[in-house]
This record gives sequence, C-alpha cells and structure tokens, in this order.
Amino acid sequence: MTAPPTAMGGRENIAIRMEGIDKIFGSVRANRAASLEVKTGEIHALVGENGAGKSTLMKILGGLLKPDAGRMEVNGRDVTGWSTSDAIAAGIGVVHQHFMLVPTLTVAENIVLGMEPRNGILFDYSRAVAESEKLSAETGLAVSADARVSDLSVGEAQRVEILKTLYRGAKILVLDEPTAVLSPPEVRELWSVLRKLRDAGGTIVLITHRLDEVIEISDVITVMRGGQTVERLRTSDTTPAQIARAMVGRDVVLSSRDEASALGASREGPDTESEAGFHPSDDMTSAIRVNDLVIMGSRNNRAVDGVTFSIRPGEILGIAGVEGNGQTELIEALAGLRPIASGLMRVNGHDVTANNVSERRDAGVSHIPEDRHRRGLILDYSIADNLLLGQQTDYTRRGIIDATRVEQNAQKQIEAFDIRPPSKELPARALSGGNQQKVVIAREMGRAFTILLASQPTRGVDVGAIEFIHSQLREARAAGRAVLLISAELKEILALADRVAVMYRGKLTKVMPVAQADEETLGQYMTGTRSESAA
Amino acid sequence: MNPISFLTQMIRIAVPYLFAASGGVIAERSGIISLSLEGYMLTGAFSATLGAHYSGSAWIGVLAGMFGGLIFGLIHAVASIRYRADQVVTGIAINLLAIGVTRFFLKLAFASSSNSPRVEGFGGNIAAHGFDNPLLWMGLLVAPVLAFLMYRTPYGLRVRAVGEHPAAAASVGIKSSLVQYVAVAISGILAALGGVFLALDQHQFTDQMTAGRGFIAVAAVIFGRWDPVRAALACLLFAAAETLQIQLQGNQLIPSQFIEMIPYALTIIALAGVVGRAVPPAALGKAAE
Amino acid sequence: MSSRFRENIEEALFPPVVALLVALICGDLLIMSYGQSPAIVYRLLLEGTWGNAYGFGQVLYKATTLIFTGLAVSLGIRAGLFNVGAESQLAAGGFLAALLGLVLSPSLPGILAVFLCIVAAMAGGAIVGAIPGWLKVKFGAHEVIVTIMLNFIVLALLNYIVAAKLHVPETLHTPEIRNGGLARLESFIPAFHGSAANLTIVIALIAAALTWAYLFRSRRGYELRAVGLQPEAAEYGGVSVGATWMRAMVISGAIAGLGGINYVLGYKNYYEEGFAGGSGFLGIAVALVGRNHPLGVVLAALFFATLSQGGLAIHAFVPKQMVEVLQGVVILAVAMSVPEVRAALRRARKPVAA
Repeated sequence: MTAPPTAMGGRENIAIRMEGIDKIFGSVRANRAASLEVKTGEIHALVGENGAGKSTLMKILGGLLKPDAGRMEVNGRDVTGWSTSDAIAAGIGVVHQHFMLVPTLTVAENIVLGMEPRNGILFDYSRAVAESEKLSAETGLAVSADARVSDLSVGEAQRVEILKTLYRGAKILVLDEPTAVLSPPEVRELWSVLRKLRDAGGTIVLITHRLDEVIEISDVITVMRGGQTVERLRTSDTTPAQIARAMVGRDVVLSSRDEASALGASREGPDTESEAGFHPSDDMTSAIRVNDLVIMGSRNNRAVDGVTFSIRPGEILGIAGVEGNGQTELIEALAGLRPIASGLMRVNGHDVTANNVSERRDAGVSHIPEDRHRRGLILDYSIADNLLLGQQTDYTRRGIIDATRVEQNAQKQIEAFDIRPPSKELPARALSGGNQQKVVIAREMGRAFTILLASQPTRGVDVGAIEFIHSQLREARAAGRAVLLISAELKEILALADRVAVMYRGKLTKVMPVAQADEETLGQYMTGTRSESAA
Repeated sequence: MNPISFLTQMIRIAVPYLFAASGGVIAERSGIISLSLEGYMLTGAFSATLGAHYSGSAWIGVLAGMFGGLIFGLIHAVASIRYRADQVVTGIAINLLAIGVTRFFLKLAFASSSNSPRVEGFGGNIAAHGFDNPLLWMGLLVAPVLAFLMYRTPYGLRVRAVGEHPAAAASVGIKSSLVQYVAVAISGILAALGGVFLALDQHQFTDQMTAGRGFIAVAAVIFGRWDPVRAALACLLFAAAETLQIQLQGNQLIPSQFIEMIPYALTIIALAGVVGRAVPPAALGKAAE
Repeated sequence: MSSRFRENIEEALFPPVVALLVALICGDLLIMSYGQSPAIVYRLLLEGTWGNAYGFGQVLYKATTLIFTGLAVSLGIRAGLFNVGAESQLAAGGFLAALLGLVLSPSLPGILAVFLCIVAAMAGGAIVGAIPGWLKVKFGAHEVIVTIMLNFIVLALLNYIVAAKLHVPETLHTPEIRNGGLARLESFIPAFHGSAANLTIVIALIAAALTWAYLFRSRRGYELRAVGLQPEAAEYGGVSVGATWMRAMVISGAIAGLGGINYVLGYKNYYEEGFAGGSGFLGIAVALVGRNHPLGVVLAALFFATLSQGGLAIHAFVPKQMVEVLQGVVILAVAMSVPEVRAALRRARKPVAA
C-alpha cells in the first residue's frame, strides 16, 4: 500500500511524523516537545534510557494515549489523538514487550482473534490455519499454526505477535524492546524478518537500548532523553560512542552538593585499579561478599549469571545498568525474596545464602525495594504501621505490639526524615512519592544495619527528596555502613558511589573506582558496546 | 436391578445437572464465577410453574422459566461486570434472593409456603421411559451444542480468549464485557431450564426443590475441567452414583450419605491436582476492565 | 483531623448505609404489592423485635450465631481468604460440643463441662477450617470451591453419624447433655421469658473483642492484615504467607465452630440436624455489611437478626418470606456499592503533588 499523493508534494514517503508532542502524567513530563520522523521503508531505531519517553511516544502513536500538545501525521494524514482501532485500521501494528497472546489458544486462533474467517456461522479454523501459514511463509516468520501458544518458545511467541499485526494489514510496525527476551540466534532471525518486511515496503520502528543491535539493523536513529528528542542520526554516519553520549549526556544542572561529590571533593576513595571486588582477605573486612551468584529468572533463564563482588564497611558500590539486565533479581535474591540457585552470600563473614528474609534482616541486611508500592509499603497501613514492616517482632511483647513504642518511633522517624504531612495515622497511600520513599528509608536506614540494598532509591521522587535521600546515603557511608546502590540514573551513581560496576545481561562488567568512570564510558558498558567482565 | 430402568432413571436425574453445568461452563469460561446456578435453577423451576399454571401450557412454562433465568442472570451480570462486585458474594446473593423471591411469590400467587398446585408437564407415557419429554432431549443435547458453540464459532473463540487473557482480547478490539454479558445470560437461561425440567417433571413447584443440585453442577464444571463435554460426563457420573444409591436402597451397602459426598469429594481431589490438575480459566473472577 | 481519615470512614460506612436504603425501598415495594402500608408494617417490625422483651431476646439469640459466623468470615477476608465453609464449621463445632457433652461423666461440675464443650466446639470448627487452608497452601486449591464442597461433605457426614448412631428415636437430634448447659437469659432477666437468648451472647461479644484485639493489636494480626492487603509486601516484611493463611483458616473455623454452642449448649442442649439453618452463609452477608470489622459485624448481625425476627412479627400482614428477599437484595446492594464507592472516592480525591 503506497501513500496517496498529497497536496504537500514530496511528503508522501513519510510514514510517521510527530512534532511538538507533550505528555504529562501528574507532575512528570513524559514527553516534552518530542518529535519523530520516519520514512516509509526504513528501519528506524528509537533509543534512550528508561524514562526517556520512548514508550510514551509510541503509545501515543498507537492510540493508547492522547497527547497534551503537538501534532501527528501518518502517511501525510493528520491523525492527532486517534484511538487504538483507528491506528490498527490505518496499518499501525504494535508488538508489545509483554505479549498479548492467549496461552490456551493456538497460534492460528491468536492471529485471527477478532477478525475470524467465517463459514456461515462457523469459525473457519482451517482457513485461519491456511492464512496463518501463508503469511508465515511470505514473511519468513516460521510458526506452526496449530501449536498451542503456551508451548511456544519466546522467540516463536514473538513471531506470532508480529504475524498478528501483519494479519491486520499493518504496514508500520512498532516493536518495543523485542530482543529483551531473545537469544542471539533468535535475534538474527528477527533481523532477517525485519529486513524482509522493510524490503516489501513496510516501515519499522524499533524501541531499544541495545546499541550493538541498533548499529546492526537500523537505517536511522532517533535518540530521546528526558522526554525530549535530542538527536537524529544516520546509522551509517555515526558510532556507538556518539549514540551513547547522546543517550546519557549531561542534561539538567546538578545540585551543588551532587556536583561537588561528583568531583570527589568530600570523599576518600580506597581503591586501586586492580580492584575487581574480590580480595582473598575480604572475609574479615567486607560487609557483604557475594561469590558466583546464579539466580534464575521467570523464564527459566539465568537472570543473574555468576556475579561476584564485595563491599567494605563505609563504602558505596554502585551498579549501573538499564533495567532488565538482572538487577531486580539480584537484589531480590540478596534480600531473601528469591532463591539463590548457586553461589555464596556472606554478611560480616556469616554465610546467609540459605537464610530467609527475617534472618537476613537480623544479620544486618536492610532493603529499599525498587517498587515501593508493591513491596516496600502497605498502602492502606498508616505511616506508623509501615515503619514496622519487617521489624514488627522487635516491637512485640508477649504477642502484642507495643503501641506506645510504635507511636514514639513514628514520631521520631517523621521528624528525623522530615516526612510530610507529619501525621503518623495517615495511610501511606495519601503521601507523595517522595514522602512514601522517605518512610521506606526511615525504616530501613533508621535501624542498625550492616549492608543496605538500595534499589532505584530516588525513582519517582521529587528533587528535594532526592537531595535528602542522597545525603542519607552519604551519612550512612560516613558512619561505616556498606551500601549497594542499584540505579538506572547514571548521575546518581556517579555522585554517590565509591566504586562503580555495570550490569549487562546478567553479568557484572568491569568494576572501577568512580574516579575512572564517566557517563560516556558507563553508557557504553550499559548498552553492550563495550564489555570487559570483572575478575 | 434392571439396566433399562437404571439408565432411564440416571438420565432423568442427570438432565438438571446437564443444563446447569453447561450454563456454568460458558459463564466461567468467559471469566465470571458461577456459584449462582442453584439460584437460576430455582427461579426457572418456579417461573415455569407460574407460566404453566396460568397458561395451561407446558411450553409457555418453559418460556417463562427461561425468562426467569435470564432476568436473574442479568442481575448477576450487572452486579459483577458493571459494578465489579465480588463474584462469589453476588453468586451467593443470587441464591439467597432466588429462595426469597420464589417463596414470596409462592405465597403471593398460590397462598402456600410449601408447594404450588399441580401443573401440566410433558410426556406421561410410562412406556416411553421419559423420552417423550422434549426437555429430556434438550438436556442430552445441550452439552454437544455448547461444545459446538465454544469451539466452532467466533463467539466461542472470543469467550475463551476473554476468560484467559482479557487484555489480549482488548488489544484486538474485542469488548470483553459484552462477551461476558452474553455468556452469563446464556448461563442463566440454561441453568433455569434445569429447574424447568425438574418442576414440570414433578408437576409442581416445591419450596427449595433444587436441593443443592446447582452446586453439584458447579462440581461437575470443575471436575470436568471447564469443558462442556467433560462436564456433561461428570454430570452423568454423579447421576449414576445417585441412581445406584437409590436402587440399592434396600441393601445399604454404603450409606446414602457417602454416595451424596462423591461429587464434592471428587471435585476437591481434582482441585488438589491428585489426578491431573483442574486449572480454571486464568482470568476467572477478575472483573474485565 | 485529616480528610484522608474521614474518607476511610466514608468508604467503610457508605455501603451499609446504601444497604439500609435499598432494603427500605425494596421493602416498601414488596409490602405495597401485598396491599399493605409500609409505615404500619415497619412499625410492627420494630415493635416485634426491639419493642418487646421476648422479641428482643430472639433478636439477641439469632444475632449471637451470626456474630460468630460473621467474625469467622471477616477474619478470613482480612487475610485475603474467602471462607464459605462457616456453615459446616458451625455444625461441626456444635456437634463436637454435643458429643463431648454426652461422653463426659455426669459428676463433672457443670462449669468445667461447659468449658470443655466450648473447647470441643472450637476444635470441631478448626479441623474443618484447616482442611481448605492446607489444600490452599499445599496445592493452591481455591478455598471458595473447597469450602463449598466441604460444606456438603461435612453436613452429609454429620447427618450419617446422627441418623445412624446417635439420634434419639423419632427425632433428628442427639440425646440431651446431662451436665447442663449455658443458662438462658431468662434466668437472670425474667422479661426474656420464653426466648432462646442465653449466655452465649456474652461469649460472642467477648469473641468480638478478642478478634478485634487480635487483628489490630497483636503482631500476628498485623501480619495477617498485611497478607490480606499486599501479600508481596508482607513477604518483603518477612511474613510467611502460607503459614498466615493456615493460621487464618484454623482460627476462622474455630470461631465459626464456637458459634455452635448457641444452639447446642444454650438453647436446646443437644445437637440437632440442620440447626445451622443457613447462618453460615448469612455470616458472609454479616461480614460484608459489617465491613469486616468486629464492631461492624456485631451491628450487622443485629441488623440481620432483626430482619429475621421481624419477619415473624409481621407475618400476619406480609409473608415472612419478604425478609428473605430483602436479605438477598441487601447483600447484592452492598456488594455492588463497595467497589463503586471506592472508585468514586478515588476520583474525588485531589491528585497528590509528586
């Protein structure tokens, strides 16, 4: 299907044009005058870190969201603010990161669902199979039409998702992080399919953060950062380093305290260049030591694949990385919420590998979870009650919770951590994101701990609270505690950590003193452009 | 024990289960918990009696019974889908409501707390062993017809999709709530027909005459792993056990109460996965967006 | 005080208020369809229940059983479990109490005997409650279906035992317990003469207070509510979700079983087939209208008991079956209003500044 010629002359080969797109959620500007221009018949990579605004922009394109400002054209036609059905009808097909397939139905049934071929009142299943197989052969997306989706491998399921869109006549395909779940051979298969589709006149937008793949497959690259479109590059004219710099480059002015720290002004960093996180004598001097940790993911894959590191008291180890590379599983396992498949974990020399959550807490582990709404807080519990979570046994005498001590504790923590509104009976649900996080931090850091596992501690938190949280982490370090900081925010890692490592596809790449790290280098490790494993 | 009489009695006992279980299957496959089969059945029985009494025609009774089931099904559907009420609670509420409503109108219409006057039914020819009753035939055919609907029609495909993965269905433009409304309406009508059969077969309505059959139907749905034909076989199995117990009454091999327990015990065993797992539709009980 | 707090209370109270209104409207319609005047009938209902001692006694008696089943169901719901088995737990509790009563030596002092029977009642309910708990933790079997099925099994089993072995000829009940039972209230307050109300109501109120203390003051209660609200957060807090579920089902069953003594020790002094009479299922309604809070449960139990007794009082004018219709309507109305109210309050809440 070629676009009809328009009055605007030479624009007919522009499949997608988005200009000045604004999208605000509450106080978060997910898209800020974002733009995108994709020509028909090109493979276009949309890259950026988490929170850069890529998914939001594509949701607007796909009709799931309506923009607050801006203009959108598809094939020369103004389609600003259209609906999902409009988008599907106009030939836009979105392949989501989390598949929308019915596991108990077959491939063919999933493909034709909603547009079933009929024979009178009957559902013509054999025609569904035939059409699926035909489409599969045409595109090179190999599937067995009669197989149950629950029996498929991830790669096969993804092919079904693509076929679903093609069955509905999609000519513009948007794929959201398609390779996150694929093995290298499956990735290569996907590339050949995408090239075939492009050569047949289709347009492809690939949302990804993996720069090695971007270089391999795309024709044009759009880089987004902080909700804005910051660069447009021809793949053949650019380098991974340039892309990485555009992705993570300096943006808003750092607060003065963070700036000073980043320059190393207030810190004594201990380490030498050979520091890879493993010293034979570490048993005695490390607050936490982890050896060859293997943790299984939800797809029976190795989410964490042989990770080794140690952290000394009075040290912050920062692990950078785009989400989805195993950080979540790592921290959950260290906290005791996920089994350790193999490897060792020691806190203060004690082997805690087989300990449960409470036992680890008693051994000195504190945990700021990455999802405070799911794990870190019970939203319907009061602030006072939330300050007990995980420590409730300490406040219990003969089975009854000591209400007076709970109140006193709440009062103390609210003041110490400046939690607002300062009303201990308020349900956690009623607090802002920053104050909710302060409750978690008050609880986890307001007790005696050896090692703090801090996962995305400032996500969704306002600037004032961010500064506060950072100063809390520095104070903990000064008091001789160890902190494992996992964050997708490079600025944060660089401002706080003594040593930095990057997690990519389940492995810990090079661990280096922060003085040696900068955003560009880290960006390269984070996107797989560079990789030297630790020890 | 005469094999012919065993078979015919078994079928006669099975028909209400067959109707109700089929209703349960389609509603639950679409994702709506169906604990209200008992209530639909009772309503169908009473409405049929009302209809047959005032019109003198059994077929009008059938239509009235279906209508009663439809109304109650829609009440359940609105509460569960539009208002997203807890589906277990609404199911129980429908059952209580049915008991109350049927008793109230039993008093109002027939001035009795226990039973209605005699009404016309179907059949009546002893030699036909019940096969001159068109409802009996309908009962035997309902499961295959439902299987056909669910596995061979586009609507059936959508029902199965909505009950497993409503988001996937929504992503291709299917209106999940509409699919569910229709499914629950059908379940109300089918389960009511089970009650219609009961009432017309006994030629009257008696207070709480369904006596827990709706829950045996629920057991059959689960034991049959939410498949129409399997659920129907479960119904026959349960009916066979009941018939066995009745016919052996004199012998008292196993006390009747233990035969009564069979459907329920089998269901618990199925849920515990002792003999293969009974896995419900993935989105069962969660109100569609 | 904070507006959030007020909103919590609104969310809690709206549904029961809705229930009351719906009941009134439906009642009006049904009464008028019978050609009667709602005002007269309602006044008669109140007079026949709270307006005279005998009626009030009956209300207390019926409410007592409902308090137990309501507490049982609400405790389960607080843990995220739906216990539909209160009916059979109630029956099993009453049965075991009666059984022990038969077995105990007549020379045993009455108070001790009663105490042991109470323990037996709790044990009976606890055993029946433990089964779905175990199946859920071990096999992931959904407690709703298991408890429904178990209801039938247990009731059939009890029926068999009583019918085959234990019944007094010509009746459906066990022989009388010789050590005595729980005194009727009429022995203290003569005005209650003739009513079944007995000391069990005191035990019920104590049970409600203890349940409140357990839920809102004890550590296990803190953990139980956490599991019911956000199991993943509870897990993060070191709580074993499976152990909590098991505990909740056992305690829930025990409370329901305890309810059995109202009939068996307080009223008739024997176990009778069918004495539960639907109180287990009505306990679900009581928990729902009572918003799963012990105080609400007590009030809701009184409400439903009033309806039930009131039906008898107005029987001359409107069939008592009207009350059963109202029961169903009230449950539906409350069930429908709970999510609706919650959503409306969320929409009305101002968005929080990040």
